Amino acid sequence: MTTRTLAVVSAGLSVPSSTRLLADRLTTATVAALRERGEDATVEVVELREHARDVADAFVTGFSNAALRAAVETVTGADALIAVTPVFTASYSGLFKSFVDVLEKDALTGKPVLLAATAGTARHSLVLEHAMRPLFSYLRAVTVPTAVFAASEDWAGGDGTSAELSGRITRAAGELADVVTGRPASARPADPFADVPSFEQLLRGEA
Amino acid sequence: MQFGIFTVSDITTDPTTGRTPSEAERIQAVLTIARKAEEVGLDVFALGEHHNPPFFSSSPTTTLAYVAAQTQRLQLSTSTTLITTNDPVKIAEDYAMLQHLAGGRVDLMLGRGNTGPVYPWFGQDIRNGIPLAVENYALLRRLWDDEVVDWSGRFRTPLQGFTSTPRPLDGVAPFVWHGSIRSPQIAEQAAYYGDGFFSNHIFWPKEHTQRMVEFYRSRFEHHGHGSADQAIVGLGGQVFMRRNSQDAVEEFRPYFDDAPVYGHGPSLEDFSRETPLTVGSPQQVIERTLGFRDYVGDYQRQLFLVDHAGLPLKTVLEQLDILGEEVVPVLRKEFAALKPAHVPDAPTHAARVAARQNTPEEVSA
Repeated sequence: MTTRTLAVVSAGLSVPSSTRLLADRLTTATVAALRERGEDATVEVVELREHARDVADAFVTGFSNAALRAAVETVTGADALIAVTPVFTASYSGLFKSFVDVLEKDALTGKPVLLAATAGTARHSLVLEHAMRPLFSYLRAVTVPTAVFAASEDWAGGDGTSAELSGRITRAAGELADVVTGRPASARPADPFADVPSFEQLLRGEA
Repeated sequence: MQFGIFTVSDITTDPTTGRTPSEAERIQAVLTIARKAEEVGLDVFALGEHHNPPFFSSSPTTTLAYVAAQTQRLQLSTSTTLITTNDPVKIAEDYAMLQHLAGGRVDLMLGRGNTGPVYPWFGQDIRNGIPLAVENYALLRRLWDDEVVDWSGRFRTPLQGFTSTPRPLDGVAPFVWHGSIRSPQIAEQAAYYGDGFFSNHIFWPKEHTQRMVEFYRSRFEHHGHGSADQAIVGLGGQVFMRRNSQDAVEEFRPYFDDAPVYGHGPSLEDFSRETPLTVGSPQQVIERTLGFRDYVGDYQRQLFLVDHAGLPLKTVLEQLDILGEEVVPVLRKEFAALKPAHVPDAPTHAARVAARQNTPEEVSA
């Protein structure tokens, strides 16, 4: 059985957070969907709260420290990514974007990604489409069609919204599993030293 | 192995007093630091090139010529000379002139410069950074190595029957180091020509430096200049010392916390763990510096940054005393004992002239 690695980035700040709760449900559903397709998965969660200072330090110093490098490698080396952010001031949170800013520009090229967000009101739900999806399109990630948004009312239950959230989670997880199982197991990101042009090419202006 | 200091020539407010030195004051301070470097027995003084405040050093050859006149032994170098925005013809002329004035005590480190707005001030574009470094250096080599040069390229007017003057001293051009923090192409360039590679080292984790140096060494061997461990490697380092380690930390912390490059970010302790910065006793600096060899191999030049972030001149001179009296003599001895015989010493003009005289046929092109 093929074993896939699934990286989960959660930008929730409170402990516990509804962002992490949504991330966990998406993760469970994705692992189940992979199993249904005959594949196993190992899950690695990156809680950005734990790296808030590391990320700020990386901006100031120009390099990621050891702890942040490990988190970045978890994300860039995975077969698929589940990215979940709270909505802050009409967009992804600053910490979420800052973490993405630390990644090399090609680090997520071709990576299957499931997008998700949480907020206090459903009126923010298009943040997934006007902020999250364009960000990952720029990075040339392969985002699955269903992005999952959960507002406070989705957790409340009772009036059918919870059941709808579960449906969206299952659909999104299935889409992610479909993309992942159609691919060879992830290779680690390209080695920047592996394809340095020869000096003859540099002299000819080919690089 | 050579030991020395390199300065970026920043004019920075002393965060402990709020006082900013004038340009005149800082320029005199750097001259004093250079003279002191020779006095305490260091081998190398390297000066940066910048064309924007808060840096003063727009014209390193002028400054180094003055230092040359006031010293006898000190090797003069740069950190770095901008190969992208300077006309290579002017670099060839200026550094050959400096080489004559300094009796051969000159080498230079080429760098691209990372400040976008500087490029257009000199008619260039930072997006051409690598191609400029490649073409300009190819021309610089020809100007030094060939008496008469016909040349045309992409970035400057063609040359017909041009002779760069003065000719390099004794027919041997200044040794060239190529400095780069993150571009493997520059390590490849250094390897192609059999030149030195200098890793700034001080602002990034050691794994990064290790990878760059490994790459340069393997390419040096690939291009036929010798075995990988015979490649010419230089490293930066950053230290602050007091006899008592805790005193060093307490005194340096306000400078660290406010420093232009990394201030307001990680703690001094975190940054010391992640990068080669060493703040502590002379013994700690000795041990840390000897440890560099574990991940880059035997190397030829170690330069320390000691005069930045607003540190007062008096403090910098004390640092040089400690380096010269307690640190470098031990490092010299320890590194020499570890170095195998087939690994070359740091290049000097005298040694390169002698080497050329021993193999007259193959190099005279």
